[in-house]
Amino acid sequence: MAPSKIDPAIEIEAIDPGALKAELVAKYPTKVGRKRAKQIVVNRVDECADIPEIGANSRTIPGIITQRGCSYAGCKGVVLGPTRDIINLTHGPIGCGFYSWLTRRNQTKPKGEGDANFIPYCFSTDLHDEDIVFGGEKKLKAAIREAYETFKPKAISIFSTCPVGLIGDDVHSVAREMKAELGINIFGFSCEGYKGVSQSAGHHIANNGIFKHVIGLDDTAREGKFKINMLGEYNIGGDAFEIERIMDNAGITLISTFSGNSTYDSFTNAHTADLNTVMCHRSINYVAEMMEKKYGIPWIKVNFVGAASTAKSLRKIASYFEDEELIERVESIVAEEMVEVEKVRLDVKARCEGKLAMLFVGGSRAHHYQDLFREIGMKTIAAGYEFAHRDDYEGRAVLPDIKVDADSRNIEELDIEPDPERFSPRKSEEALERLKEKGFRFKDYDGMMAEMENGTLVIDDISQYETEKLIEIYKPAIFCAGIKEKYAVQKQGIPMKQLHNYDSGGPYAGFKGAVNFWQEIDRMVNTKIWSYLKAPWQKAPELSATYAWE
Amino acid sequence: MLLRHTTKEIKERKALTINPAKTCQPIGAMYAALGIHNCLPHSHGSQGCCSYHRSTLTRHYKEPVMAGTSSFTEGASVFGGQANLIQAIDTIFTVYDPDVIAVHTTCLSETIGDDIPQIARKADADGKIPGGKYVIHANTPSYVGTHVTGFATMTKAMVDYFAESKGPKIDQINIIPGYVEPSDMEEVKRILSQLGIKSVMFPDTSNVLNRPQTGRYDMFPKGGVTVEALRTTGSSRATIALGRLASGPAARALDSKCKVPCEILELPIGLLATDAFVDTLRRVCGVSVPESINNERGQLLDIITDMHQYFYGKKVGLVGDPDQLISLAEFLVSIDMWPIYVVTGTEGKKFESKIREITRDVPHEVKVVAGGDMFLFHQWIKNEPVDLMMGNTYLKYISRDEDIPFVRFGFPILDRVGHSYFPTVGYRGGMRLLEKILDALLDRNDRTSPEESFELVL
Repeated sequence: MAPSKIDPAIEIEAIDPGALKAELVAKYPTKVGRKRAKQIVVNRVDECADIPEIGANSRTIPGIITQRGCSYAGCKGVVLGPTRDIINLTHGPIGCGFYSWLTRRNQTKPKGEGDANFIPYCFSTDLHDEDIVFGGEKKLKAAIREAYETFKPKAISIFSTCPVGLIGDDVHSVAREMKAELGINIFGFSCEGYKGVSQSAGHHIANNGIFKHVIGLDDTAREGKFKINMLGEYNIGGDAFEIERIMDNAGITLISTFSGNSTYDSFTNAHTADLNTVMCHRSINYVAEMMEKKYGIPWIKVNFVGAASTAKSLRKIASYFEDEELIERVESIVAEEMVEVEKVRLDVKARCEGKLAMLFVGGSRAHHYQDLFREIGMKTIAAGYEFAHRDDYEGRAVLPDIKVDADSRNIEELDIEPDPERFSPRKSEEALERLKEKGFRFKDYDGMMAEMENGTLVIDDISQYETEKLIEIYKPAIFCAGIKEKYAVQKQGIPMKQLHNYDSGGPYAGFKGAVNFWQEIDRMVNTKIWSYLKAPWQKAPELSATYAWE
Repeated sequence: MLLRHTTKEIKERKALTINPAKTCQPIGAMYAALGIHNCLPHSHGSQGCCSYHRSTLTRHYKEPVMAGTSSFTEGASVFGGQANLIQAIDTIFTVYDPDVIAVHTTCLSETIGDDIPQIARKADADGKIPGGKYVIHANTPSYVGTHVTGFATMTKAMVDYFAESKGPKIDQINIIPGYVEPSDMEEVKRILSQLGIKSVMFPDTSNVLNRPQTGRYDMFPKGGVTVEALRTTGSSRATIALGRLASGPAARALDSKCKVPCEILELPIGLLATDAFVDTLRRVCGVSVPESINNERGQLLDIITDMHQYFYGKKVGLVGDPDQLISLAEFLVSIDMWPIYVVTGTEGKKFESKIREITRDVPHEVKVVAGGDMFLFHQWIKNEPVDLMMGNTYLKYISRDEDIPFVRFGFPILDRVGHSYFPTVGYRGGMRLLEKILDALLDRNDRTSPEESFELVL
């Protein structure tokens, strides 16, 4: 379909989201429909900031055609994949390692030729049937030895795939044994694909493992007045490079990023930071919580997607440190950066204002990218996450009310005590009070729905059917999701932007990222290429009886 | 350097695979199932498998790739996936309404021993399979074989489930095209039509995974072999299977089930393999080869004779799948190129001996391994470089590090388009391959030759 010429705002007002929800649900078998009804919500934020409840982090309905992946993808692919100098060894048949090999566009920049970088490599034990029958531990040990002999890495991590759990390979005891034998850090993850209900379980398992086995191994205090960690930033398309640039300019020391452009050493040292800033709440809040309990590092939610959001997050970090010089420097950086940003924003806004966007992706991006669209006047009419929990939708206030079901209960919750020697509150009680009085909020995340307009649709774990129906009804100017959805959307004549891996673009974080993103959206929603869908003879199919020159 | 840790020194590895030259069975089964009209592939396992396969196929084809998954949780892994699969069958037929659900298993469902036909019978008894609709299956544990054998197994399942030998023979032949691109399948059909031969091709992903942009999305596009056509395969005069590994099992199954005689040929990549294909068609179907095909052959040969000086004696490293590599190596040898490194991730002694036979007159040591990986391939190159590499997209890292011209060929190609539209099979496909090889070699020459010997005419 060609882009609609009718003012989208008028058309959209005629659509009753409640009726649309009923229509979506009616298509399913009764029980399936009942379940989907809980995961499809018409947003309504009332005066008391009450938000409707949404079903999330529950089992995917088999056969529905979901966007979701598995625990292994969340653990190996998302959280640990971006680190360059750990050998990530997949223990299982060849597929899982193959599919997660270089496909997420995590960039990394080694410091010189001597610096390790294993990201372009895929390591697997490539289990065969005899290993499934007789057990794969022996092969795993041999593979670790071979990896060590050839590469001499600082650390090796082992990722379990589905059959590993079923045949009872104990990757953790193998890791301990090989660690003792080889003298390097070796640790395992029980992130079998069937754990939990989505990638989210794998994030949690990755958080636990990295906290247990890596964070806190090196107490060396690094130089720097304002030391922070950036959590939940994976350097897709170079996002981390842009954030590093901004932090450098501001004089803020990034001790570690989890895990874009990161190294093993930066993880071991992360507990020496004075503040944890959380980008992707879903994938990494566990590490933030655990570091606070064990080491006394407070955490705050930040968002470096969107220029205004970047400025806001920088100010938040600066006000945490209560340092006038830093506060001033941040202000001058914002003022300086915003000149170019505003120029592009206003230019792009003139062509994009009033257009509709839909975002169905991830566990934080469907929220964060709404800021970027809002800044150029585009409205998010429907959004949802692929693997988020209720707190990512409704805000952390609902945490005590979330029922833990059997699938989540199977994921270990680490029992964390303050470290007897290294626990040190970064702020005094008075300082905390002072900050809170100024309106500063720790561990705050209000979720996606609080920032979405009333009457918009919020859909968790959207199905292919629902995707097609939404596009048919709303005809958005752009749809954002992942590679599996991309071409089905585009075949409907609607441009589709991948927000997992950005297609070929990026960075989209920070100030330069905002400019890149807007220029990309401008290209996508305003190009003439979508007007060629009909050939001349399809537009005017009448046949003339004679050749034109007769 | 991108692959900075790859050492020249080669240590024997028994347990560790580095940079695999293969992937797992289910993705091949999913690809094959997409070649049935109105069929939704279904992955019986954790949902990550399905997500990974759909993503990889999508990145390769730049096309929608739809499939269902049984979305195993820990509970299903303990108690079996029957409830999940029945739920999936019900949901898929209710919401998406395909004619066929083609279930393939995974390492998870195979390890716990789910019996798909039994579950399908239960779904049928529960009334979850509407009349005239089918659930077929292929056992594709990821710890056996590779993507190629997964393709072969699902292709064979089409025979097992649908081929019938009722009634008289039909004047048609069956063509099993192998694990090739939709463009290749289209080209094989074009050659058959030039020869005036009626055929049923299965699977057939043309017009499925290279479909046009029309502004309209249909989950089940025009392409694909229909169930009706698959039924008639048992009554065909003969079967021609292209690629021993990918197409052999289905061809033999048709022979034993419906007594349809088969000829199993190499993939028609290059001059001699295409000659064998066309000649077999001529013999089996009793047709004469039209002038148009002779013309195409002559054009391919013309490029070979015109540009022979650029092919002669060039050392080539190949990574890919067995069926493709056998024909490609033969093609290269036939034009006096030297394929000196040949690596496939798919194990098989026959492959090694076949490549040895093809390259026996190459005046250079030839290293060949079935069940090898790209790390070893790269190490060979570090010990003695080649003039050209051919293989999937992952070779681009070696190509850049070692500055070696590179032609993308095989699966997956994640960073270029064209493979799904322009074939490499048949004489025309051979012409395209030569164009690509010459472009790579001559572009390199133009970039690096000294100014005094920089040439206008090549």
